Amino acid sequence: MTDVKNLEELFQSKIDAEQKIEPKDWMPEKYRKTLIRQISQHAHSEVVGMLPEGNWITRAPNLRRKAILLAKVQDEAGHGLYLYSACETLGVSREQTIDDLLSGKAKYSSIFNYPTLSWADIGAIGWLVDGAAIMNQVMLCRTSYGPYARAMVRICKEESFHQRQGYEIMAVLAKGTPEQKEMAQDALNRWWWPSLMMFGPTDANSPHSAESMKWKIKRQSNDELRQTFIDRTVQQAEVIGLSIPDPDLKWNEATQHYDWGTIDWTEFNNVVAGNGPCNKERLVARNKAHDEGAWVREAALAHAAKKAKRKAA
Amino acid sequence: MSQQDALFTYTLRQADDLLILSHRLSEWCGHGPVLEEDIALTNRALDHIGEARNLYTYAGQVEGKGRDEDALAYLRNERQFVNTKLVEQPNGDYAHTIVRSFLFDAYHLPLAEALTKSADAQLAAIAAKAVKEAQYHVKHSSDWLIRFGDGTEESHRRAQEALDNLWTYSGDLFVMDAVHQDFVKAGIAPDLTKIKAAFDATVDRVLAEATLKRPADGFMATGGRQGKHSEHLGFILAEMQYLQRAYPGAEW
Amino acid sequence: MSNNPNNWPLWEVFIQSKRGLEHKHVGSLHAADPQMAIENARDVYTRRQEGQSIWVVPAGAISSSQPDDAAMLFDPADDKTYRHPTFYTMPEGAKYI
Repeated sequence: MTDVKNLEELFQSKIDAEQKIEPKDWMPEKYRKTLIRQISQHAHSEVVGMLPEGNWITRAPNLRRKAILLAKVQDEAGHGLYLYSACETLGVSREQTIDDLLSGKAKYSSIFNYPTLSWADIGAIGWLVDGAAIMNQVMLCRTSYGPYARAMVRICKEESFHQRQGYEIMAVLAKGTPEQKEMAQDALNRWWWPSLMMFGPTDANSPHSAESMKWKIKRQSNDELRQTFIDRTVQQAEVIGLSIPDPDLKWNEATQHYDWGTIDWTEFNNVVAGNGPCNKERLVARNKAHDEGAWVREAALAHAAKKAKRKAA
Repeated sequence: MSQQDALFTYTLRQADDLLILSHRLSEWCGHGPVLEEDIALTNRALDHIGEARNLYTYAGQVEGKGRDEDALAYLRNERQFVNTKLVEQPNGDYAHTIVRSFLFDAYHLPLAEALTKSADAQLAAIAAKAVKEAQYHVKHSSDWLIRFGDGTEESHRRAQEALDNLWTYSGDLFVMDAVHQDFVKAGIAPDLTKIKAAFDATVDRVLAEATLKRPADGFMATGGRQGKHSEHLGFILAEMQYLQRAYPGAEW
Repeated sequence: MSNNPNNWPLWEVFIQSKRGLEHKHVGSLHAADPQMAIENARDVYTRRQEGQSIWVVPAGAISSSQPDDAAMLFDPADDKTYRHPTFYTMPEGAKYI
């Protein structure tokens, strides 16, 4: 018992000294489990996140946008892959992790259970959803687990164009025809609150937060990140002449932050529980791709085995 | 047909092939058989759309009526598209997708190589960039075809089926009509019988390694170059062009 | 990592970003064979001109030192400061040394 206690103290002292934890280091079982849960959820979010945006690749309004969107959705696949790899360093294979997604056991970011109804949604996702994700990801570049931090550095580097392309789409629509501006405003109206929900429950209601902060998996609280996101985004909306759908939004001179309304947590909990507009569709699509790819993956293995055998003979 | 009209049409034929194939490949994005392959396939789609954009822009300049890449891609109808019937065929299973790309790649690489020597400097420059990409494409699709042919019983069956189904559309790649004949004479385009010889060599080499059977050169479903397409193209364009058609003149 | 024979094996990827530089570990991926691993690495890890050469190694083929041995392996070098050029005192005025 004292041994484990010593190990834990040693572990915590490394964390406190800002040393990274590497795969072969001793770590508390709960730290490992928390990381597996968080990294795999993050990976699933990237991969499921390809679906709502992928919807619009074939309908993108011009060739430039089509190429950009393709490259962007492709990046999400890459990010999913980096994160599954980071997860594998903790002793769970990608297949196990993906099986949990396909069976509905694992969670992913609820934002991707909302539908993309118009082209402006592609702008709103890049600007707001990626914008919110980046807040979190920049913080995670300094997370205590080495492989996770390295994956996040790579992701942040690639992700920086995602938010900009989304904001650019919104800016062009906002100064386009009245119909286009309406499209942009409608998208902002629909994506604003779900984007704020992406930061997770309030600090008071966040079950895993304290421990994650102590272990420096997280370094800023949900509420802090959410507030920074709001402060930045309100200004960006003003620049392009769109209005944030929150009647309570008001600059507070004393706090130097925006005061804002209340998140509808019933909606949040509903979507998390599987009752969002597209939860079923997303899982069906992932399962279909997985099942229909089975013979492809088998064929590649069978051929590799045959080739290796011929080479040995 | 004037020299200018002919060059316009010839450039458009290549651009349309690349755009429609890219569009088909992009339908896979997010639905690939494995994450790594999803990324690989999207890379191909991006290569094709990149080359298509260069060609459309050039076609617009040749035509001289102020049409840019988007006017050409989004504001022409089914009968004005001059891609082959091959590239518009649906994705089907992954074997169909790979075979469709393989047949196109086996034609596209020698075509691009030949076009680097075109008397038309702009076509030659676009082709020079495409050659490197096309080399990788041939490798990617042949590797997968070999894996399927020489993989499991199921993958072999699926690959052979795809080959048998799609072979009839390969003929469209090698149609030499008057436009093309004139260009061969002028040194702008290569003789397609030479491209066909290179195509045959690649196909035979890869199919042999894949233990697949080359279908007989029977009836070939041609007509794409004259804008006589299969029914699939209309649906592709309806989806692709919808925003441009619904909001005429809008900027995006 | 995974012992399921139906899964593609895991590969570690090393990329050389420029001629003359070392190959650096960038991450991992899955592939059925070495050739596919190289091609996948190209598509996954060099989409932004990050590389000009790729190594792939089956993850299982890598042996690594244990964290518990770190003190034994690496601490003994701590007091051998004479291996560093700054250890030595040079006479004032001497040039190019």
